[in-house]
Amino acid sequence: MSVSEDAAMGQAAGDDRVALLEFRDVNTHYGAVHILKDVNLAIYPGELVCLLGGNASGKTTTLKTLLGMVSPTSGDVVLNGEVVNNKPISYRVENGVTMVPENRRLFKRLTVKENLVLGAYLRSDKDGIEADLQHVFELFPRVEERLSQKAGTLSGGEQQMVAIGRALMSRPTVLLMDEPSMGLAPALVQQNFDLIQQINEEGMAVFMVEQNANMALSIADRGWVLQTGMVVLDDSAKSLLANPEMRAAYLGET
Amino acid sequence: MERKSARQVSKVDRFLTFIRVFLVSLIVIGVLAFIAQQVAPDNPFARWRNPDAVGLTGDQFKGLLMSGLSQGAMYGLIALGYSMVYGVLGFINFAHGEVFMAGAMTGFIASDKFSESGMWESNFLLSLVIIIILAIMVSTLAAVLMERVAYRPLRDSPRLIPLITSIGVSFFIQNAVMGVFGPSTKSYPQLPQWLSKQRSILTFEIAGTKLLVLLVAAVSMGGLWYLVERTKTGKAMRAVAEDKEIAALMGINVNRTIVTTFAVGGAMAGIAGILWGLLFRSVTHMTGFLPGIKAFTAAVVGGIGNLSGAMVGGISLGSAESLAPLLILEPLGVPGVSQLKDAVAFTVLVLVLLFKPSGLFGEQLSAEDRA
Repeated sequence: MSVSEDAAMGQAAGDDRVALLEFRDVNTHYGAVHILKDVNLAIYPGELVCLLGGNASGKTTTLKTLLGMVSPTSGDVVLNGEVVNNKPISYRVENGVTMVPENRRLFKRLTVKENLVLGAYLRSDKDGIEADLQHVFELFPRVEERLSQKAGTLSGGEQQMVAIGRALMSRPTVLLMDEPSMGLAPALVQQNFDLIQQINEEGMAVFMVEQNANMALSIADRGWVLQTGMVVLDDSAKSLLANPEMRAAYLGET
Repeated sequence: MERKSARQVSKVDRFLTFIRVFLVSLIVIGVLAFIAQQVAPDNPFARWRNPDAVGLTGDQFKGLLMSGLSQGAMYGLIALGYSMVYGVLGFINFAHGEVFMAGAMTGFIASDKFSESGMWESNFLLSLVIIIILAIMVSTLAAVLMERVAYRPLRDSPRLIPLITSIGVSFFIQNAVMGVFGPSTKSYPQLPQWLSKQRSILTFEIAGTKLLVLLVAAVSMGGLWYLVERTKTGKAMRAVAEDKEIAALMGINVNRTIVTTFAVGGAMAGIAGILWGLLFRSVTHMTGFLPGIKAFTAAVVGGIGNLSGAMVGGISLGSAESLAPLLILEPLGVPGVSQLKDAVAFTVLVLVLLFKPSGLFGEQLSAEDRA
């Protein structure tokens, strides 16, 4: 059974892996507008997966639905085997889902330290939080130097580090990333993808939504392509990179 | 022939410049005349506008300063509520003055009862603590109810709508209080002599009541600063003020944080209400109006949304109100200067808006942040 079929069927029979987070026939509407149409996705432990698609294809809505900012009109969002359609964001964060938002969205008037600690808002294990802070400093030594600075004074690259660090502070099992390379200087984009790969290698599942299809597929295990709210392609990253249709539409080749 | 260019100064700009120059020269001339008067009462410059001016003695000056500071401390306490709500929801809660009035009114009702039973005289400190707690409870409740009933349903509407609603809430509370307690002026019972007598501290003669006001205000402001800057709740409040969506992503309960903000602002207004009652010993259903507007002015002067700004704004407004009439207006020969406190307060607002529209401590708001 290929990976793509697994994903299409949700939790596949005969596969003992349990998805961390999945969509089962999810539909969403904004008012009368039908955004996501019967979308099926599944993210398994330790995977690095990406969701590709043009403007207004429903990528952001997918993320918002995964997090609970938008409720599906039909279908189920399943977290660790439990239907969480009507659970608040805080419930999902407590159970291991978090997101690095588009454009980083740090609390600019708060210090870097406060931003990081807010990432662990729902946790009360002081020692664990301290240990995770140290872990963030190991990943990003630059962040430690800037600890008492207001987050708004950091450069774009540093802000990205704090944004990822802040997300890691909730000790997630799935890290959602909304356009991680958006708004970064070209030189930083590669560094950013290296970092995502590094976090993934530590065992965290990463689900990223990206415009930069080439880069994203080069590090991802699997990918989906969303078009006007429908999943049109669902395959391993290698096959997607080789797919002629894909190359024409998203990788800028004719 | 008229040429339009980007650099052309419009009539409005000219008018504003004129007002700026006018106000600043007024202040400068007033202060100079005052100084001239203090140095040599008979020199022609001092007598130029107001030959009858007598100047101030050092003790008078200190007395005025102390009155100004204690009044300003109350403005500051109320201003915190305006500023906090603006920070979190981006609109001016004009009913906040009524929250303050509710505190003052509660203080009156409770102290009146204590006075009847004799406890006010026999155990003043305990009664004072009880009326402060009661006032905090009533004001907090009023602020929280206000948010729940009037503002939460309007959370997603344009910010002008809760603003207008708050004016409605203000009228509603004023009239409800008038309906229940009547329109007469209510007087707090006499304060014990040991509290209200003049004390001398570092050469400053100050009535014990004003000292109490300053002390309680300082402790409350310190407590609020600690809450906002040093606790988890405070961090959540600041996060919600900046970006509600991302705050929710951190797992913060945004609604609860907004309620907390209203509650804390209400508690501060309740404390201010009691202090007002102790200092002026009278309260009516309209007590919240002018102090409310002044406190709003103080919040704008300090830079709205900024808490230290609200405190500094309140204290500078109170001091200006108390000092400027005799310091600036009297040497200029303006008649009836002691009646001009309110004019001074709003002139301070005009000045700040002319020279630093974002307020003394204000940050430049981006277009999307602006209401």
